[in-house]
Amino acid sequence: MATKVHMEALSPTMEEGQLVRWLKKEGDAIAEGDILAEIETDKATMELVARGSGVLRRVALAEGATAPVGTVIGVIAAADEDIAGIVGAGAGTASDAGAGRAQAGSAPAAPPAAAVAVPASAPVPPSGRVKASPLARRMAVDAGVAIEGIAGSGPGGRVVKRDVEAAAAAPRPAAAAPAFAAAAPGPEFEDVPVSQMRKTIAKRLVTSVGPVPTFFLTTEIDATRLLAARETVNRKLEADGIKASINDFILKAVAVALARHPEVNAQWSDTVIRRFRRVHIGVAVAVEDGLITPVVKDADRKGIAQIAVEVRELAARGREKKLQPDEYTGATFSISNLGMFGIDEFTAIINPPESGILAVGQVADKVVADNGQPVVRPRMRMTMSCDHRVVDGATGARFLRTVREYLEEPAMMLV
Amino acid sequence: MAWKGDFTPHAPMVSDTRWNLADNTFDLIVIGSGPGGYVAAIRAAQLGMKVACVEADKLGGVCNNIGCIPTKAMLESAKYARKAGDLKDFGITVGDVKLDLGVAGKRAKKVADQGSRGVAFLFKKNKIEPVTGWGRLAGGGHVTVSGKDGERTISAKHIILATGSRAKSLPILKIDGDRVWSSDHAVFPSAAPASLGIIGAGAIGMEFADVYSAFGTKVTVIEALEQVLPLEDADCAAVVDKSYRKRGIDIMVSARLEKADVGKDGVTLTVATKDGKTKTVEVERVLVAVGRAPIVDDIGLEKAGVQVEKGFIKVDDQLRTTAPGVYAIGDCARPPLLAHKASHEGIKLVENLAGQGHGWVDYDNIPNVTYCHPEVASVGLTEKQARDRGLDIEVGSFPWSANGRARTAGESEGFVKIIRDRKYSEVVGAHIVGPGASELIAEFVLGRHLETTVEEIEAAIHPHPTLSEAIAEAALGALGRAIHI
Repeated sequence: MATKVHMEALSPTMEEGQLVRWLKKEGDAIAEGDILAEIETDKATMELVARGSGVLRRVALAEGATAPVGTVIGVIAAADEDIAGIVGAGAGTASDAGAGRAQAGSAPAAPPAAAVAVPASAPVPPSGRVKASPLARRMAVDAGVAIEGIAGSGPGGRVVKRDVEAAAAAPRPAAAAPAFAAAAPGPEFEDVPVSQMRKTIAKRLVTSVGPVPTFFLTTEIDATRLLAARETVNRKLEADGIKASINDFILKAVAVALARHPEVNAQWSDTVIRRFRRVHIGVAVAVEDGLITPVVKDADRKGIAQIAVEVRELAARGREKKLQPDEYTGATFSISNLGMFGIDEFTAIINPPESGILAVGQVADKVVADNGQPVVRPRMRMTMSCDHRVVDGATGARFLRTVREYLEEPAMMLV
Repeated sequence: MAWKGDFTPHAPMVSDTRWNLADNTFDLIVIGSGPGGYVAAIRAAQLGMKVACVEADKLGGVCNNIGCIPTKAMLESAKYARKAGDLKDFGITVGDVKLDLGVAGKRAKKVADQGSRGVAFLFKKNKIEPVTGWGRLAGGGHVTVSGKDGERTISAKHIILATGSRAKSLPILKIDGDRVWSSDHAVFPSAAPASLGIIGAGAIGMEFADVYSAFGTKVTVIEALEQVLPLEDADCAAVVDKSYRKRGIDIMVSARLEKADVGKDGVTLTVATKDGKTKTVEVERVLVAVGRAPIVDDIGLEKAGVQVEKGFIKVDDQLRTTAPGVYAIGDCARPPLLAHKASHEGIKLVENLAGQGHGWVDYDNIPNVTYCHPEVASVGLTEKQARDRGLDIEVGSFPWSANGRARTAGESEGFVKIIRDRKYSEVVGAHIVGPGASELIAEFVLGRHLETTVEEIEAAIHPHPTLSEAIAEAALGALGRAIHI
């Protein structure tokens, strides 16, 4: 299968790169990981690594020329593979059907040498042609949505405007509010390519710590309002025989926070970081001879009552070992709570391939300073274990701050 | 608009009634054989349904018999009548030009009858039973048809109402078919009247103004709104307005008809003009062209539990009426009252009933055409609508006077105009006034349906020399880089 060589973002702020020199030429055999070219970024000269194996069939950016990030600057394919559909055969005349043209009007003027450049809407090389309207392609680029990942609703699966609008409206990093409505159509995750920087970070961390390089973030919250909210809710739910636990509120808060921080609702794989569009929370449940983590699916969209009922039911069946496999797999994040055992604080082990778990301690009255005066308040400590390949310190801290805000002022979950 | 995922017809479509020899039971009954009804019937038959189509008049409906088709035949006559005077410049000298609107009307009638026979042929080919008579819903999937030979009751699981519309009258000006015409009377005249007042400058009024003026009638058009062709882009309407006045047609806009005295020899129209004055216009006859009203009376709606809303049969976004198993399409269902909209609704509805639907009617992309001279055609938003919606737009306009092919034809009035949304370069509106507008608009309809951007319209090579080049030039104009202007 052919692999497009893209101008990659080799520094976090890079928008375009200058091709210093090709280290491989057309016709050279390429193995994945080979260094193809040297690219001058805004920060330094970096190496562009092959994302696939085969023969470098085409070089589409001259040395010394500049191209925006995402531009196809070459093609790696089998020696006899037809690559006409990817980058046209004729020098300087080819374009990837609609995509090339649609883009040409708005893309920054590329130097003549880059005339065959086909700005791709996603850096992940697709296999073959994506059926999409020109308008949809342009909107996808603008919205930062990979057109290859969108399910088309037009004839023959063609991606049209409404599909991109739906995909762009799905919970995403920039989305101000999480979607409480029905799950948006389209894939349930988004693969974000791993940058050279991230790759290096990952490699170093794994060497140093282990396969899942974990670090920990601890915070202590004031549970006054949380307890009050729980009491109000439970008074209301009493008639239905439902009783929500503190943990149900934590689960809800974590889920809503994950929807707002998709960078945490993610998993590592060697080439991409998979960001999930849905939030599934695993809840660690102690069973006779061990532990099982049943999963509350789409927890961000569910109400406290439903979460309470589901957790109770799943935990009960978990203890009886009657859970179906899909009921204890597929979590995007987990919670472990040992508060009921009087534990103040602990660290939990990440359940791969998830990239985080929150360890929750007990709520206990403590003397704290309030405006310089000692007062007694219910307090609770939480420690988040983070997979450092996906979640950096600041990323995790921002997420945890959101969780903390939700628990200290539960009404904020409604915002 | 899309079909909802949970759509299910009110009853399953597959049935064994096709093999039932009882002749009064069908899978589908369509009431009305206009461009909505007959097209729906044919598509249903293609999908294996046993179909009956009820028609009180000639097959083909208003469109084919007294609307779209014969008026276009009349406009064709008008074109030659107008051209006859210009032929000298083309190197052709003819003798005395004699115009006879009666003959033109006969030809138009012949063209219409041909079309109606065509529908009959298509029904035969597709084994659709035409049921002649006035159809009324009788409830419970039954339709009674009152014809010459008495009453017949037919039944089906699904009934589509495609009853169409009729010309609207005015309270102060009742249509009598003699001095006061509707389009029904104007379409096949025996001779051109000396003068004709036309109330309403919409598509129908403006087309008839063109026909009658070309055949020597002194025409006065009275329009209450501020421009002729009120639905069209103001720039297009201005070109038509100017062209008509140049040809001696009187046009009064922002003018309200206050009184009409129908006498033995003519009609006196009293009009309140824009500047607050009152003007009287004496005409031999008057054509009321103030729009069309859906046909919803005496078709058994109450009996079947079909509700009417704002004069139209109430339908949901899947064209279902308030009665199970009863659907409505075309003019009787909701605006716009256009034949091509009706046909598409018929096709999409039937396909979905048969469980073979894909997509839905592209309601935002219905072209509008007025076949007067110069022709006007449009799709999407007008410039004003686009600005009122706060879109960030760029407008490209290319005049026919700069197009080689238009100049060879001696047609230099008007332009092609493209309204482009700057953000994604989407074609939010396209407007053509001038030669070939009615045909050229289809390029924009197709382009918009495929969600093209303006860059692609420009990049697609248009043959030289053609009228279509003006489209590419207007696209360039909308991108700020027209070549020929």
